[in-house]
Amino acid sequence: MAHEQHNYLNHQKGIWSWLTTLDHKRIGIMYFVAIMSFFFLGGVFALLVRAELFTPGKTLFSADVYNRMMTYHGAIMVFMVIVPGIPAIFGNFVLPIMIGAKDVAFPRLNLMSWYMLMIGAAITGSTLFLENVDTGWTFYTPYSSIKTGLGVIPMVLGVFIIGFSSILTGLNFIVTTHKLRAPGMTMNRIPLMVWALYSTAILQVLATPVLAITLLLLIAEKTLGVGIFDPQLGGDPVLFQHFFWFYSHPAVYIMILPAMGVISELVATYSRKVIFGYTAIAYSSLAIAGVSFLVWGHHMFVSGQSEFAGVLFSFITMLVGVPTAIKLFNWIATMYKGSIRLDAPMLFAIGFMFLFTIGGLTGVYLASTGMDIHFHDTYFVVAHFHYVMVGGTLMALMGALIYWFPKVTGKIYSDLVGRISWVFIFTGFNVTFFPQFILGNMGMPRRYYDYLPTFTELNQMSTFGSWLIGTGFLVGLYGVIYALLKGKEAGNNPFGGKTLEWTTASPPPHENFESTPVLTGGPYEYR
Amino acid sequence: MSTANHSGGFHHAHHFDSAEHQYDASKQGIWLFLVTEILMFGGLFVGYSIYHSLYPQVFHAGSKQLSVVLGALNTVVLLFSSFTMALGINYVQRGLRNKAIIALAVTIACAAIFMVVKFFEYTHKFHVGTVPGKYAYTEELSASGEKVTKVGALLAEANKLSVVEREHKLHLDETEFEHLTLLEKTKNWPLFFGFYFVMSGIHGLHVLAGAFLIFWVLLKVIKNQVGPEYYTPVEGVGLFWHVVDLIWIYLFPLLYLVG
Ligand code: HEM
Ligand SMILES: [Cu+2]
Repeated sequence: MAHEQHNYLNHQKGIWSWLTTLDHKRIGIMYFVAIMSFFFLGGVFALLVRAELFTPGKTLFSADVYNRMMTYHGAIMVFMVIVPGIPAIFGNFVLPIMIGAKDVAFPRLNLMSWYMLMIGAAITGSTLFLENVDTGWTFYTPYSSIKTGLGVIPMVLGVFIIGFSSILTGLNFIVTTHKLRAPGMTMNRIPLMVWALYSTAILQVLATPVLAITLLLLIAEKTLGVGIFDPQLGGDPVLFQHFFWFYSHPAVYIMILPAMGVISELVATYSRKVIFGYTAIAYSSLAIAGVSFLVWGHHMFVSGQSEFAGVLFSFITMLVGVPTAIKLFNWIATMYKGSIRLDAPMLFAIGFMFLFTIGGLTGVYLASTGMDIHFHDTYFVVAHFHYVMVGGTLMALMGALIYWFPKVTGKIYSDLVGRISWVFIFTGFNVTFFPQFILGNMGMPRRYYDYLPTFTELNQMSTFGSWLIGTGFLVGLYGVIYALLKGKEAGNNPFGGKTLEWTTASPPPHENFESTPVLTGGPYEYR
Repeated sequence: MSTANHSGGFHHAHHFDSAEHQYDASKQGIWLFLVTEILMFGGLFVGYSIYHSLYPQVFHAGSKQLSVVLGALNTVVLLFSSFTMALGINYVQRGLRNKAIIALAVTIACAAIFMVVKFFEYTHKFHVGTVPGKYAYTEELSASGEKVTKVGALLAEANKLSVVEREHKLHLDETEFEHLTLLEKTKNWPLFFGFYFVMSGIHGLHVLAGAFLIFWVLLKVIKNQVGPEYYTPVEGVGLFWHVVDLIWIYLFPLLYLVG
């Protein structure tokens, strides 16, 4: 400890060495900084949207401004925060180390993915100053193609480029997992986080091209007036929805599978037990990825698709519940009779399981065609997907942040600050979104600027909750700054983890390990 | 053929065990990328087949308007370029530098021919007014209050002229005149040209990208940066080029021959 140890952070110096780095660990940190800035922006929009809904009618701004803020909130959160989030930040940092590799397979491509995210975000963000977009993050035709302004073009182009970034990251992870595992690390010995990232990568590579072509068609529609989505020219606007959800439903698993990987790591480490059902958890990721391609029609139960299609999509949608439940039960079985430590990351993991279960169960309601007619495009849907995406993915992201912070920086993240942040986020989250289930059931439609006076109390509760969540994330940010400045030295393995990243120094050396590790057993060999 | 007997000129990156290891990984990466390309065009093919089944007459009348001769010419050009590309890779692997340069240059020339033919096809379509969607219509309304298409306007003019004058003034020969008349009777025909321009346009962009990539590896061959011990970029670009050709092999019958 006395002499300065050589690691990836002091391997090279200066901002330029960061902007041109090929080291997956540094790229992970660059993603962290970028995505957290987007998250902050998206969060500000969220708070403003909720503030506007504090009272019925006009509270702060016009309906037009409201529509735009809602669009930016959704687009930023989905395409720039939750989709890239865990894979780009933590996947980049831990995946190569977890399999005993020195880097990802294509380091240059990895850096290029980061730049593509930046360029895409800049183009999308430029519309904030050029021409605001008010279509909602789904860009549904014909509104996006015929009615609204030309700002849709740069917005969609930016998302297209971001999609490329996502494809390239996925491609890189697949090849890395196939080709760069350390000696002795068979596919059945890779950590569950890697299985999750691997399944996600398959989805990124197979689903995103469809989004790409959909967005290109939308641009073609807007610039050339091609007519594919325009009924006046013989086209069909609903085709856009089919294309869009053929990507965007699998995309919700791009959002949630990495989070499930994080939870597997946290549950194993903080229960100090061999993970229960390793194979089942690993292969259920692949199963989820597979089935997710067959269920897009559940977003279109009320779009006039045939009754038969509705029934079929409803049935297949419910099938996704099976592999998901397998994971949940295996985590619980792992915790059973374990020596559970309720450190902050574990609290976030338990929060994940709690909130994600509510989100998943309400998904079954929406997947029942009859009930969806009642719930469709109401606040019930808003509550549902926030429970899965925010309650799921963001909880995991916070847990991952605190868990791997010592490995990344060499400093310990204060557990107390982590717990305080958890209390705010967890309570705030439920206060914000639970009332929305009730509002939806009472009939309040989503994406509306105004509402009936009877909905006032629940909306005010929801807005109040959003302030609690905001506070929780600010506390989390304070924790990062505090740990960087005043955090205790971490040591190589502060939490007693068993996966490979805990066997190397914190922060790791430039090439991850002093010498290539050789594996003789599986991960999670506690007792 | 072996990649292991490298003579020290080429070093693999630090995170791979050997040049062979790196070659395997790169090849897998390229194949995955090609899968995404095929999926992207797959979206277009799905859209195409949906509309084809909805409006068979539109696609029938539209495809008649495309020049099978030019399309076939381009198909032959691309098939030949696939062959020269394969030769180029083979020559690089065997260290036949000069032959490789010729093969790659011929491939680029084929790409150029393809684009020139496309240029003539496109400009002719702009001339007669078979363009996508809303651009196929003029501002005016017909007597019955319907929108007038540019093709309709052209035909109205042509009907006032003799056959010879049509050829001379409007560059319309008799068969094309008949095809356009048939097309004009079909409701929603601009939809076909929407697909034609989007599909062939995106494919054309890929041809351009491919040509640039081949030029890039050509420079590498000239500078002796690739050879028998290291030829991954040449092979990767070659695979990309084959996929671009393959997609055209599907586009050609779909767009030109469905009628
Ligand atoms: C795994 C994580 C999940 C995520 C991230 C997620 C995300 C989303 C999102 C973003 C929407 C809203 C789409 C829109 O804007 O219209 C949505 C709607 C929907 N979700 Fe989920 N979801 C997940 C799980 C599930 C599950 C497990 C089910 C069923 C068992 C389900 C069924 C549905 C249905 C049926 C809708 C459509 C509701 C409507 O059309 O009114 N989801 N989901
Ligand atoms: Cu879905």
